[in-house]
Amino acid sequence: MQLDAKIPSGPIEQKWTKHKFDLKLVNPSNKRKHSILVVGSGLAGASAAASFGELGYQVDCFCFQDSPRRAHSIAAQGGINAAKNYQNDGDSIFRLFYDTVKGGDFRSREANVYRLAEVSANIIDQCVAQGVPFAREYGGLLSNRSFGGAQVSRTFYARGQTGQQLLLGAYSALERQISMGSVRMFPRTEMLDLIIIEGQARGIVTRNLISGEIRSFLGDAVVLATGGYANVFHLSTNAQGCNVTASYRAHRNGAAFANPCYTQIHPTCIPVSGDYQSKLTLMSESLRNDGRVWVPRVQGDRRPPANLPQAERDYYLERKYPSFGNLAPRDIASRSAKEVCDEGRGVGETGRGVYLDFADAIDRLGEHTIRERYGNLFEMYERITGENPYHLPMRIYPAAHYTMGGLWVDYNLMSTIDGLHVLGEANFSDHGANRLGASALMQGLADGYFVIPNTISGYLATAHPTPIDTSHPAVRAAEAGVAERIKRLLSIGGSRSVDSFHRDLGRIMWEHCGMARNAAGLRTALQLIPELREEFWNDVRVLGVGESFNQSMEKAGRVADFLDFAELMCTDALHREESCGGHFREEHQTEDGEAKRNDHDFAYVAGWEYRGEGKAPLLHKEPLTFDNVPLATRSYK
Amino acid sequence: MNLTLRVWRQEHAQISGAFVTYPVSDINPDMSFLEMLDVVNEGLIARQETPIAFDHDCREGICGACSLTINGIPHGPNRATTACQLHMRFFADGDTIVIEPFRAKAFPVVRDLVVDRASFDRIIAAGGYVGVSTGSAPEANALPIAKAIADRAMDAAQCIGCGACVAACPNASAMLFTGAKVMHLGLVPQGQAERSDRVLRMVDQMDAEGFGGCTNYGECHEACPKEIPLEAIARLNGDYLRAALSSREEDAA
Repeated sequence: MQLDAKIPSGPIEQKWTKHKFDLKLVNPSNKRKHSILVVGSGLAGASAAASFGELGYQVDCFCFQDSPRRAHSIAAQGGINAAKNYQNDGDSIFRLFYDTVKGGDFRSREANVYRLAEVSANIIDQCVAQGVPFAREYGGLLSNRSFGGAQVSRTFYARGQTGQQLLLGAYSALERQISMGSVRMFPRTEMLDLIIIEGQARGIVTRNLISGEIRSFLGDAVVLATGGYANVFHLSTNAQGCNVTASYRAHRNGAAFANPCYTQIHPTCIPVSGDYQSKLTLMSESLRNDGRVWVPRVQGDRRPPANLPQAERDYYLERKYPSFGNLAPRDIASRSAKEVCDEGRGVGETGRGVYLDFADAIDRLGEHTIRERYGNLFEMYERITGENPYHLPMRIYPAAHYTMGGLWVDYNLMSTIDGLHVLGEANFSDHGANRLGASALMQGLADGYFVIPNTISGYLATAHPTPIDTSHPAVRAAEAGVAERIKRLLSIGGSRSVDSFHRDLGRIMWEHCGMARNAAGLRTALQLIPELREEFWNDVRVLGVGESFNQSMEKAGRVADFLDFAELMCTDALHREESCGGHFREEHQTEDGEAKRNDHDFAYVAGWEYRGEGKAPLLHKEPLTFDNVPLATRSYK
Repeated sequence: MNLTLRVWRQEHAQISGAFVTYPVSDINPDMSFLEMLDVVNEGLIARQETPIAFDHDCREGICGACSLTINGIPHGPNRATTACQLHMRFFADGDTIVIEPFRAKAFPVVRDLVVDRASFDRIIAAGGYVGVSTGSAPEANALPIAKAIADRAMDAAQCIGCGACVAACPNASAMLFTGAKVMHLGLVPQGQAERSDRVLRMVDQMDAEGFGGCTNYGECHEACPKEIPLEAIARLNGDYLRAALSSREEDAA
């Protein structure tokens, strides 16, 4: 296996333009002869499928939800970055590129990040043209706000529902292509394996979630846009259905998995309240524009927040990071919250929480303005906690939110399997070891609208896939494998529910591979996970039959893959003997507790090759070079 | 809390279903309604009984997947709240709670509390978009939109496509859902070129799916978790009338 990133030559500003010109094209009348399978219908998948359809390809698009509009991109709240410089505050493509590389703690690929910054402005144009109702100023022009890790205002937003509005834009473009017959949509259809023929990704095996039917679909290229794996922690801000199955199945078939240990723990979520908890709700980072984060100065101070005079409060982010203050990047804000709670200064019943206080902002701007900016978020908070954040400070705590790691892709977004392309959160390339706020939406749409429609033609024009049909032995074998696994899950007849295993796995991962990690803990996890997996395959209870709508069955398959994947994640975390971004190894920190990178030994992408069940994965390295943003210690002080 | 649940159980669309009663104990008032169902399901699995199927995903009120009618009201008793955001503290110890799927001819039952809402996707496919292919967009700030207009458009665009409006309507009408998209795109300048065509095609599709007509009950707005205004239906009617008349004029010419 070779990790050849295929980065075009030339100065960084010209790489993408040059590459687009160099890519082979498929002429318009030949496009309809090519079929593309798109798995996932979130921002990346829907935008890619719609754009392919517009270009004239035949597209099949799949999602496990009942409608493509429900993909988890819908839940992104805060906004989308773009280097428009509408605020005249010194923004530029280069600054967005610089901020993203620095924010990612120098573990992303410069060329990909530059391209992302370069197409960011086109995304806003495209979405506005679709009718996305972005927030506007009284003069009628687009409004911006600030987000963590940046000193300019470049975030575009639609109240607290930016992801929803952008996804509905992409969904409407997708539905338009569906009505024109260029895209066939298969909702409630889950990909359970990848079909490889003559070294090329040529199809997928799916399960129809209503009838249970196992069916293969074939095409000339496969595009995965299946999101991240934060649900490996069981409790996360992800939707219940988010899973690693499509990515992990591709990995087992030969796609390298890159940097699986890079996970983002989001600093502002509603704290856990009990054992029954099924998910953690995010409160948008945009709240940190006006909310101030604090805890009592002294440990064990249980007085109600209103009774604590200013002098007895510790606004720890403002104190430690005066130039970024409450807008410090996510990894730093999360870790700081953990620190103060570890010191016994946390608030709320469990002591695992910090205050996010709007009292000053309400004094300064009035309740009306705060309501206009964050009204829906405040309502959501009150609905869940029963407390009114206009009067009481919110209580927040970090939760697993996003995964920077993903399937390894080259500059064309192609994995180590020919013809298998990976977009959005499912790939690894743009965010390094930490993603900045409002950059996930940007990346999903950049990949789907502007990158893959160009690079896929370079592949299709040169791949020459041989004609095949579903009677091909490789197709039959993949189908048989899927059917066999379902049969096996249903026949165990054990005593424990699927959820109980997921919960146990989540506890192991949060404890040993969460916000802070160390070698001993990771080794413990690497011992516990196989034990739990063994127990799962001997004692899980999945009721019902495969040939029906069976949600326990669906979940069993996903949890089984998480149980395998979790081990890979811990292996990666153990091997990376440094701290960078969201990957904080306790052994590697500065005297004042900041992450300590080791550029000499670890400035590379770790791409893991699957070598079979029970065998250790093989590490491949893609060295990272920083020619445009000099390697430096990240400082937000 | 101890509760009695009466839950609609139906194995698949081809057979009829029935209510089954489940006594439930030790419910924590801080649980969400769906977390309460999770706990019930864990109990059923422990007793080797098939768990209750229900749609859910984001559990933060935005994906629109959850689709429970609780005590006769889609998404339950709280205003502007999806079932996933409804918490058990709004019920009293000893309550009996009746849980059904969203009921409408155009939403056939898949299993138990899960329904098929693909009809909504087909209504959007009929015209709920601006026909702008990737790459052909002008500079975003070239087209100013008054803040008040953009805000009104956003009020309508917030629809999560859950179908509570249909389930609440005595006619199972999809006018609020369809009107929300017509209002959103009808307010902004980008939506003007296809405005007439859009409303005619979306209404045709709505009728073809078997949704009923609007007779101004207003139950849809009451049930809507995003409080889509009834103005959306007025705008749909206005646009439809104008489009129907003008297209007849165009046909005559």
